[in-house]
Amino acid sequence: MDSTLPVGKAPTALGRGLAARVFRIARVLPIQVGLAAVAVLWMLPTVGLLLTSLLARDDFNSIGWWKIFTEPSLATFENYRALFANHAITSSLVTTTVVAVGGTILPLLIAAAGAYAFAWLDFPGRDWLFVGLVGLMVVPVQMALIPIFQLYNVTGLFDTAAGLILFHTAFGLPFATFLLRNYMIGIPGELLDAARIDGASELRVFLWLILPLAKPALASLAVFQFLWVWNDLLVALVFGRRTQPITVAIFTQLSQFDANIAIISTGAFVSLVVPLTVFLAFQRYFVRGLLAGAVK
Amino acid sequence: MISVGIWIVYPAIRTFARSFFDRSGTDFVWFDNYRTVFTSSTLLTAIKNNAIWVGVVPALVTSIGLVLAVLTERVRFAVAFRIAIFMPMAISLFAAGVIWRIEYDQAPERGAINAVIAGVHDAIVPPGALPSALPSTTALAGSPRQGFVLRTPTEPGELALLGLTGILPQDVARSAKQATLPQPQPGAIAGVAWRDFRPGGGTSGVVEREELGLPGLTVELRDRAGRKVGTTSTGANGTFRFPKLESGEYEVAIGAASFRQPFGGLSWLGPKLITPAVIAAYTWIWAGFALVIIAAGLAAIPRDLLDAARTDGATEWQVFRRITVPLLAPVLTVVFVTMLINVLKVFDIILAVAPDSVQADANVIALAMWRASFGGVNDFGLGSAIAVVLFLMVVPILALNVRRFRREL
Repeated sequence: MDSTLPVGKAPTALGRGLAARVFRIARVLPIQVGLAAVAVLWMLPTVGLLLTSLLARDDFNSIGWWKIFTEPSLATFENYRALFANHAITSSLVTTTVVAVGGTILPLLIAAAGAYAFAWLDFPGRDWLFVGLVGLMVVPVQMALIPIFQLYNVTGLFDTAAGLILFHTAFGLPFATFLLRNYMIGIPGELLDAARIDGASELRVFLWLILPLAKPALASLAVFQFLWVWNDLLVALVFGRRTQPITVAIFTQLSQFDANIAIISTGAFVSLVVPLTVFLAFQRYFVRGLLAGAVK
Repeated sequence: MISVGIWIVYPAIRTFARSFFDRSGTDFVWFDNYRTVFTSSTLLTAIKNNAIWVGVVPALVTSIGLVLAVLTERVRFAVAFRIAIFMPMAISLFAAGVIWRIEYDQAPERGAINAVIAGVHDAIVPPGALPSALPSTTALAGSPRQGFVLRTPTEPGELALLGLTGILPQDVARSAKQATLPQPQPGAIAGVAWRDFRPGGGTSGVVEREELGLPGLTVELRDRAGRKVGTTSTGANGTFRFPKLESGEYEVAIGAASFRQPFGGLSWLGPKLITPAVIAAYTWIWAGFALVIIAAGLAAIPRDLLDAARTDGATEWQVFRRITVPLLAPVLTVVFVTMLINVLKVFDIILAVAPDSVQADANVIALAMWRASFGGVNDFGLGSAIAVVLFLMVVPILALNVRRFRREL
């Protein structure tokens, strides 16, 4: 489009520059306004949840959250006070935290060791094993629910945080190993050889060389896995009864949505504050992990 | 490796085996569970819905991501914009489901989506002054749907009495005043529309004390041929007047628009709209994923190629269609395939958005698997069979992934 400007006949260089600028702004402006509108629209539902959770109990049935914009006095923290006084909810938040942290650290450690082996150690069938592992990434969780349910019932892992952590570990491993192996293989081999020649054991090489070098990939994965486990509903729903994370705790309130809207909206907002904070703080890592894997 | 073996490989095999056994797990029933999967109506609904998901969502999400990625490319606040769109990705599908459950509420006073539709709807088609009414005497004929008309024609100089009843007190406008009988005027038709009802009795067809006028009604005047020759609306005391009429006989009517219902809200969470509603919520979440991946792919396209095409006189659309999209094809495939896998496994968000009563209508395979195995029925045989069906649907994609990966190896 720029090329259609009458290049030769422009009165002055200044005038032409200005005209081109005005022209460009006029062309981009509608796009910018449109995109800004889309962005606002995209964030509005989340804002809606926050404002809904601020409505007083009596107001839920008669007014919508947007009324708070015109009448800020409608907002109250009463629901949050009630939520944090609710023992079932606070203990579910603790469960969620324990499972999410454990379900992040454990698979990361195992995957890092495995990835190192896949990347830098020679053992028979290595590549085939790795391909098999990658293939497992798309095995739906559903394939494992029933047998593990029975297994947990026998072993006593049912309804424990450990059971949830182990399940998330297993299903997090293929992706984590895949990502880390691809990252570690990019570490220059001379570096490893030099360390080995200096007499470092494999364990030392792994702990003092590989892990620090793989930090960015580990960070990406940690963010990923943390969000994944924190946000999980299905696994917790199957393997938990009294040990329930916040998602399940809210789920049990859902059947009477209108009556429990206070606890549902407040709980849902609390449950998304943590992953949202993690995401905003580490979004660079998150996006990087997404680009590296893009398969989970 | 061992833990992967215990938690993934062994269960997968067990599930496969278990799917050939009955509910209690003691009798080998061959393919009976699979027969159930493909014959029972709930499971067929699940398969049908999943097919809709597969057909709509990956394409929708990929194209939204593509359009937004191309549009944000030249915008200064692209990073902020991408974060805004991407944010729902951090939220659990379940919490997102709760969010949308609130927005989809049927009552326009509570559900934001219906509130917006109601706002637009009522601005284009304003609701009538009264939701419903009945004639108080046989002098009026008709219904709120058609409007009411006086049976006997009226001549200039006469009065038209439009008595209505069957009106809830809260439906009468606040501005309504005591109904009054207007003075007849030569050459004009005057009249009154009022709530012809008084607690404790009263005579119908007569304007009495404590009976309110009905303001805001549209009164139409038609000639003998049925052509509309005038419209006016009633005042606070219910009176109206058509002045300066030629002599003759006229029909006085209350237009149906006076009784138009305000917009009551679409039942997004009802059985008909639930799947599109959940799909929209799901798209809200995943569009950011597509946007980020595609934007990264876009950044890798050599600038000079696009600029060269533009210098050669290609329009923006041609550049997009002939250069950008083909060069992005691998990235678009990644997004599409990822969405395909995700959509096959969609679960949490349906559980959150769909109320219990319509979950059967919103059912998908993953949800059906959970409902059959853990949702009260506890039929592990059937549940396993559904899981295997789900797995078999993912296998072709799995094969694709492994192949792609081995090429990279």
